[in-house]
Amino acid sequence: MAAQPVAGSPAADTADQAGHDPPPASAAVRAAVEAASAVETARITATLIRVTGDWSLAEDCVQDAFARALADWPARGVPRNPGAWLTTVAKNSAIDRLRKAAGERKALHELRILAELEGAAGEAGSDPAADDDRLRLIYTCCHPALPLDARVALTLRTVAGLTTGEIARAFLVSEAAMSKRLVRARTKIRDAGIPYRVPPPELISERTAGILAVLYLLFNEGYSATGGGSLIREPLVREAIRLTRLLISLLDGSPQEPEALALLALMLFHHARHAARMDAAGDLVTLEDQDRALWDQAAIAEAVALLADADRSGTSRGARPGSYRVQAHIAACHMNAGSPDSTDFARIAVLYGVLAQIAPSPVVELNRAVAVAMSQGPEAGLVLIDQLDRTRALEGYYLLPAAKADILRRLGRKAEAGLAYQRARDLAPTEAERRYLSKRLAETGPGPADRAMDIAGKLGETRLWPIEVRRIDP
Amino acid sequence: MLFICSDPRAPEYVAAEDNIEEWVAEMEARGVALHGDRLRPVEDATTVTVRGGEVLVSDGPFAETKEWIAGYDVIKCADLDEAIEVASKHPMARFGKIEIRPLWPLSL
Repeated sequence: MAAQPVAGSPAADTADQAGHDPPPASAAVRAAVEAASAVETARITATLIRVTGDWSLAEDCVQDAFARALADWPARGVPRNPGAWLTTVAKNSAIDRLRKAAGERKALHELRILAELEGAAGEAGSDPAADDDRLRLIYTCCHPALPLDARVALTLRTVAGLTTGEIARAFLVSEAAMSKRLVRARTKIRDAGIPYRVPPPELISERTAGILAVLYLLFNEGYSATGGGSLIREPLVREAIRLTRLLISLLDGSPQEPEALALLALMLFHHARHAARMDAAGDLVTLEDQDRALWDQAAIAEAVALLADADRSGTSRGARPGSYRVQAHIAACHMNAGSPDSTDFARIAVLYGVLAQIAPSPVVELNRAVAVAMSQGPEAGLVLIDQLDRTRALEGYYLLPAAKADILRRLGRKAEAGLAYQRARDLAPTEAERRYLSKRLAETGPGPADRAMDIAGKLGETRLWPIEVRRIDP
Repeated sequence: MLFICSDPRAPEYVAAEDNIEEWVAEMEARGVALHGDRLRPVEDATTVTVRGGEVLVSDGPFAETKEWIAGYDVIKCADLDEAIEVASKHPMARFGKIEIRPLWPLSL
């Protein structure tokens, strides 16, 4: 393998830092690199961190590997096993960087790492310790000594492989601010001595609550993307589900087990609808309009069983339902209804009331308002939404004006509904959502205004941030 | 370095529950505790500042707050989790707060 370019500058997220001009990559190659990035970044980074103990070095080398892929794949074709190819290139890049540093300093520590890297370079991509490495990485990224916003950002960056730009958009901060936050977090891991490991059994329980929150944010980021043209980013969703399963297998019998089981149930309930959530044109289809025959029955059955397990496990330890168990029961109400209008909205409204006590948040209040509108009538819902609107707690959040528009339309107040749809469309984060709202806006003109289930269609698709991500200051 | 801090909102100090000697004995036996002591009260503190070449000496602690640093311990731990475990066993974790601050290795 040829020597890897050793860039002097810290790795950027764009992969054109390789020190030479890569041939222009075709759209297909770019797509292949992006797909590999979503799936492989965490695994390769985790392995390199374990071996080298150096986060920056590991991330720079993974960046080198993707830059090399963008340069090589257009000419030589996408390798049969992109993960193994990238792992080999990243390891070789680490070897080159360390050899250079060791040549200057003759550091024995680095020479030892070199030997380990060179020994491992042969069986790239088939490392049985990879899952353990990733769990270690999650617990390190989610260490309580890091600020919460940094934990989420670091997990999205290092475990899920999002770019700094994507994370910055998810947090509504500038890319420079997010980049600074990530650098600070990595520096603190090194300088404060945050260990790179799965914590010992006595710490697992308290450390896990924070991880569940981060995994749910990760799922939400994929399930309802905060940027770009596409509504769903499948690899992130699969990654979140996979990591949650991994976590559950580790938590066997721990006090956090019911909540972890419930979180997985919640993810599966949401994800079971994925084939029905977009039409052929890539437009959003709300819960009400979805073809229920397209729902993944195997996933729903698994989620129902998981939720029953969570209830059993919670009851046997006398634990009151936490936020994920309540949310999973809400999702179950939607999934178990044979048709939209047989949905038990009265029960959903009650469950949101319970959730508001466990985890108060304006987004929960918004969902409760919609459930109240569905079960007690639009006027009752509108009162709650207007109250919420006046607090300005959800300023900039498009689902508030969207829900309000639907309620106003049901009340026949078309002009006001049109204004609210416009406000919602201007705030919507993805193209698919903007198209959906434009369609609704066009329909708000003269004509029947009694699509009573429209707002309920949005209910159950709404992301419920367990943490107020939008409130975090740069 | 553990800064042992007071906290006006913490439960009132109870001398009978102050098992500091047990903590010191355990940490010394583990080879974790290197050195530590109580500090004189904030009334005895003096703050030194140099601004524009001028030495300013003032009475009292560096910050006028209701909390103050009451003592310190220098410990040697494998990682942050061990430091957290050691700090959480210190009685002042209950009656006050403990700030863990890694030392900057200056090799002077």
